[in-house]
Amino acid sequence: MFNFLFKNKVRKYTFSGGIHPKENKHYTEECPIEKLPLPKIVYIPLSQHTGKIAKPILKVGDKVKVGQLIGEADGRISANIHSSISGVVKDLKELPHPLIFSRVLTYVIENDGEDIWEENIKKEFVEKDFSSEEIIEKVHKAGIVGLGGAAFPTAVKLSPPKEKVIDALIINGCECEPYLTNDYRLMIEKPKEIILGALLLKKALEKNSKNIRLIFGIEDNKEKAIEIFNSYKKEYNFEVYTLKTKYPQGAEKQLIKAILKREVPSGGLPFDVGVVVQNVGTAYACYEACYFDKPLFERVITVSGNGIKEKKNLLVRIGTPVKDIVNYCGGYVGEIKKIIFGGPIMGVAIYSEDMPIVKGTTGILFFNERDVLLEKEKDCIRCGRCVEACPMGLLPCELHKFIKKREFDKARDYSLLDCIECGSCAFACPAKIKLVQSFKFGKQEIWKKEKK
Amino acid sequence: MNEKLIVSISPHIRSDISVEKIMWSVVWALIPATIGAGYFFGIRAIVLIIISVVTALISEYICNLIFKREISIFDGSAVITGILLAFNLPPQVPFFIPIIGSFFAIVVVKQLFGGLGYNFLNPALAARAFLVASFPQTMSASYTAPYYGTISGFDTVTQATPLSAIKNTKIMGTPEDLEILLDKATSWESLKNLFFGNVGGCLGETSAILLLIGAIYLLIKKYIDYRIPLSYLLTCFVLSLIILPIKRFPNYHIFQILSGGLILGAFFMATDYVTSPITKKGRIIFGIGCGILTMLIRHFGGYPEGVSFSILLMNVATPLIENYTKPRVFGKK
Repeated sequence: MFNFLFKNKVRKYTFSGGIHPKENKHYTEECPIEKLPLPKIVYIPLSQHTGKIAKPILKVGDKVKVGQLIGEADGRISANIHSSISGVVKDLKELPHPLIFSRVLTYVIENDGEDIWEENIKKEFVEKDFSSEEIIEKVHKAGIVGLGGAAFPTAVKLSPPKEKVIDALIINGCECEPYLTNDYRLMIEKPKEIILGALLLKKALEKNSKNIRLIFGIEDNKEKAIEIFNSYKKEYNFEVYTLKTKYPQGAEKQLIKAILKREVPSGGLPFDVGVVVQNVGTAYACYEACYFDKPLFERVITVSGNGIKEKKNLLVRIGTPVKDIVNYCGGYVGEIKKIIFGGPIMGVAIYSEDMPIVKGTTGILFFNERDVLLEKEKDCIRCGRCVEACPMGLLPCELHKFIKKREFDKARDYSLLDCIECGSCAFACPAKIKLVQSFKFGKQEIWKKEKK
Repeated sequence: MNEKLIVSISPHIRSDISVEKIMWSVVWALIPATIGAGYFFGIRAIVLIIISVVTALISEYICNLIFKREISIFDGSAVITGILLAFNLPPQVPFFIPIIGSFFAIVVVKQLFGGLGYNFLNPALAARAFLVASFPQTMSASYTAPYYGTISGFDTVTQATPLSAIKNTKIMGTPEDLEILLDKATSWESLKNLFFGNVGGCLGETSAILLLIGAIYLLIKKYIDYRIPLSYLLTCFVLSLIILPIKRFPNYHIFQILSGGLILGAFFMATDYVTSPITKKGRIIFGIGCGILTMLIRHFGGYPEGVSFSILLMNVATPLIENYTKPRVFGKK
């Protein structure tokens, strides 16, 4: 009724809780995506996804082409792995992994400098209609996983259980982590491709459900992206929701709540409320997989932080070691203290410059002594900032007290298992308590008990 | 492998807020009222505050050594306790009173329970209650008039603070006496004195404006939650409308808000993180509870003022309140 009052004002959606860290996106948001020169050697781990490790199908000494299958998905929840360069398999052994804290079977491939691609990868775009089954098949073959960081196999996500009716597909363009701009750059450089990819994802879901709404959710700090997507929405029939810039807006549950006002039940999945969420990067990868038969062997990452000379957005081949990226970006500034895979709030600190980029790597942050905090942990003063920050409605300080006293049952009663480890509480804590660390430990103890 | 790289669990960035920053900000916020105490009650007031703060720091330091804890005298919390305790003392108490009080606050109420974050009572208030119980005569008879005003804030005859004057007349005087007194107490002149602090009372509680300056700073910085003071003051105001004769509206009801230690208590002591609920709803209930108890003690109790006891009682109720005001977990009914 009062809509006319808000005609010129865009409605902004959000969730309750959350934090407002310094965005620091200005370092790279104006940097166009550059292609990183091909690395001499790539390290391609066979586990770059949630689920079972892929089965190796090549031997040491075999020749490979770009995009050639080298690891086969093993079981339902797994993903194919492809070579990202052409050359020779030098080694297949267990090597350190950036995200998994044990050694993982990894291909070491030496570049022959030819960059020969698999023949079946198409060079030109031809408009075509695909069936749902075709799309899921192609996505599976291409080894696509969620590129927002979680790396869940996309083909699995596109095949919800038959009884679940899906009525909305949300394309996640929030990019709520500070520093990262890889999704933003992709959105303004390849909007049409992302939309075509999103339409494919929608089509794939139409196997079981009809009338699926296609929604793009974008934070209001990406005005340009919102503008571009708004200009396409009539032509391709989708909706654009402007979301308030707040961390963790990009978390699945918070995104669904903000846009559709639905709450994924505790312990449930987005399927349970009829929603599938995919990242914009994933949509782009699907576009490439379907129209070009191109497997996922490269991705866009953001390189930023005070510790690196030139901050960039780069298109890199999977398996490229960090040191190649450092060299290309002009080297370090000051004494490097921390290298983070992913964003600064949920990312993982790595311990070696030999670590390779994997499918789920959204960015690499280089922190020197200016960024690294080594504040001492103090006792909780019960200020309640963590309670206010928690997007899941938990009481982080109370949970921490239970875990400290090893009262895991109590922590469970206080819904520890609902924690999404977004780190908002730890960010907000003035006593600098390592809350996420404590909760990870607490969850493990609870799971251990359950197994018994 | 690079030996110099730090590997730690996320998050890798944190807000720039810290315990020290919050605590010292509260100290800064108390400075206007401290200066006010010096202005109204003279150098003696400042000496009392300094004695109280120094005792608090020494006690804290000794406890740190005995209990082998980290030295915590620089985090500002002991300074706050020292200032707040002194703020709750009448201007003419002997110098040993803040020494005993501060020692009790830090050693018994705070450090014996585990230090900052573990005490379940507000140290300054618990120490004040201890002093009132141990030295009733000294604590109730040491009020004096401010330099440029009167002890009652409305006439030179009444030799008691405003709330005491009303309580005494209620008990000992005739209804006519009370009417006359109330007329004077609720005059705009009297309210003006209460607002600026030109009236008898404890060191730090008299000037509403000076306390509010500090409180507004803390509210803007979000170092204290508006929920507790707001619900506390609103409850007091609404209850005063119910309990008190509506005849002198709004003066008498404003008088209730400005007199005694209500402003000091609502903004600086009920908001103590450690002893108030961590949940949003819980904070509102906490404030309402403080308000109800304060008004009950003022009007039906034996003491003229009830702020410190009501906050202490609600401190004890905090775990219970928290238990019943847990926020709804996302995705759960």
